[in-house]
Amino acid sequence: MPTYKHEIQADRCKGCGLCVDVCPKNVLEISGEVNTKGYFPVYQARPEDCISCAICCIMCPDVAITLSEIKAEAEAKA
Amino acid sequence: MGKTFQKPEALTDVHTHYCPGCTHGVIHRLVGEVIDELGIRGRTVGIAPVGCAVLAYNYFSCDFQEAAHGRAPAMATGIKRVRPDLMVFTYQGDGDLASIGMGEIIHAANRGEKFTAIFVNNAVYGMTGGQMAPTTMPGQRTTTSPLGRNTEETGMPIRVAELLSSLATEGYITRQTVIKPKFINRTKKALKKAFTYQMEGRCFSLVEVVSTCPTNWGMTPLDAIKWTEETLLPYFPLGDFKTPEEAEAVSANA
Amino acid sequence: MAKVLMKGNEAIGEAAIRAGCLNYFAYPITPQSEVAEYLARRMPEVNGVFLQGESEVAVGYMLFGAAGAGERVFTTSSSPGVSLMSEAISYIAGAQCPAVFVNIIRGGPGLGGILPSQGDYFQSVKGGGHGDYRMLVMAPASVQEAVEMVMTAFPLAEKYRNPVMILGDGLIGQMMEPVEFPEHLRSEPSKKDDWATNGMDTRKSATRNLVKSLYLDPEALNNHNLLLKSKYDRMKQEEVRYESYNAEGEYQALIVSYGTMSRVCRTAIDHLKEEGIEVGMIRPQTVFPFPEKAIHEAASKENCRVVLSIEMSMGQMVEDVERAVMGKRPVKWYGKCGGEVPTPEEIIEVVKEHL
Repeated sequence: MPTYKHEIQADRCKGCGLCVDVCPKNVLEISGEVNTKGYFPVYQARPEDCISCAICCIMCPDVAITLSEIKAEAEAKA
Repeated sequence: MGKTFQKPEALTDVHTHYCPGCTHGVIHRLVGEVIDELGIRGRTVGIAPVGCAVLAYNYFSCDFQEAAHGRAPAMATGIKRVRPDLMVFTYQGDGDLASIGMGEIIHAANRGEKFTAIFVNNAVYGMTGGQMAPTTMPGQRTTTSPLGRNTEETGMPIRVAELLSSLATEGYITRQTVIKPKFINRTKKALKKAFTYQMEGRCFSLVEVVSTCPTNWGMTPLDAIKWTEETLLPYFPLGDFKTPEEAEAVSANA
Repeated sequence: MAKVLMKGNEAIGEAAIRAGCLNYFAYPITPQSEVAEYLARRMPEVNGVFLQGESEVAVGYMLFGAAGAGERVFTTSSSPGVSLMSEAISYIAGAQCPAVFVNIIRGGPGLGGILPSQGDYFQSVKGGGHGDYRMLVMAPASVQEAVEMVMTAFPLAEKYRNPVMILGDGLIGQMMEPVEFPEHLRSEPSKKDDWATNGMDTRKSATRNLVKSLYLDPEALNNHNLLLKSKYDRMKQEEVRYESYNAEGEYQALIVSYGTMSRVCRTAIDHLKEEGIEVGMIRPQTVFPFPEKAIHEAASKENCRVVLSIEMSMGQMVEDVERAVMGKRPVKWYGKCGGEVPTPEEIIEVVKEHL
């Protein structure tokens, strides 16, 4: 069963909070550290609850969140 | 269980200038995804408006032209007439399309020009700082309706999708929104349908997308989503107002 | 090449096709609607594009879109219509696209009248739209010359990547004269892959093209304007064209006149010659770039005592004539507008008055 790497490009995020609101597992929160543009980006507060459903990616107006597949063999080697 | 999700190729890496929570960005991404999935980037020409999306050309990696305020449908007409093989889409706001450009969009739709018009309705002039737009709601405060829009003096908000679907010429006219994931997915289907009609050389297509403007509405992004749901959507109902198949059904029965 | 008797408006339409331009967008307006009527029949015969837009505003931007996509394109209109297109003309110049406009001038201002006039000189020569752009403007004095100017306008627009204007008047559009369409004036469209939005696949390129005129950074916009200005300076070097009449020898007065007005002046000059009064004339064929040097030299001749700018307007080109003469001789204007065309007799009187 492939697993997915959830990535948030902190400097693309403007801290609008829309993804936090729509995440079905309440994984995301606005962080305390400011990014290069002066926004407080979102981060995975509870990554273990993430089910890689991509709803946050779909809601994000800035394409700041991506999900990429981690190949099973790579995982086996690690 | 789970999915991959990547930035579409048709979008550049440039960070957008849009305000936090502004759903222009979502619409841009959907257009980018549709262009990728239909494999048409190499023959697509986008036309940017004058408005918040004036810099849209920085965010797309296909050929782009920049129109004068309200004139994108005329420029799209010019391109499609001389190069019908090119895929053309216009991207306009409500001031651009429904105010200064109303003549152009009505006549482009009425001639059945085979391009795809993307109309972002956020009930206000964004770039110029929040003035009243043709789609501003009754009583809605803007910088040029500070006491709330007075419909006695300025009339009622214009429902563009319904207006254009009253034209006899065949076309695909739909209104969608991007304020929640389920709506976003529907908007993507509508956009794909519109671009597919264009690929088939079938008809004019316009996708109106009810969108948010947190900054000029003076709300947080989440409140703006709520206000859209409670105030805009009841007045601007969603759905397909016109499809070419429908026209066929009607003529078949005539 | 056999000559054909043709109405000016129709000849202008045919000239574009013969030049190699098969895309025409327009809106009806007297006195030049016959161009659209002619091309509505003719363009389909040559697989060209004919489209009547919903307004001259829209037509201006149909031109801009099509030109931006790398195709040759032109339109014709008249005074009020050209006013509506002037925003688009400014955009086309700002975005550096080639496009050809024909103005068959009618009386103004406002609704004015429908008879010939030269009241749009400022509008075309001094830029009717916003910003520091200029247009190469040619003024035909006959239907044949209108044909040739239209045909040469396309390669010139492409050479400078700038709008080119043919400044006719109601007479040029409405009268019939024998014309031919010189084969050597047909031209192949220039290569536009380095800037036009003609589709990345079309030009087998991975980089996209962008046609725009927005430069939010002031330094970038200033540099952009310097680039545009260098084109206009080059026009002044390479594109000035004028004709002189009875101006080789000495003369007591110099007339400067263009378009059909200059033909009336010729008749007056011939009559004055019979009375022993020598009058020379410089006829600008390009009104931008303006033939300043030629007019300055012609005005500076020994016996020349006065320069007369004779126009079907309340005096617009006269300002450029004054600039060219630089005070060497007194410069006077004479003219009528509203559709009234000064007669040779009137011009003879005016010349005598000033001698």
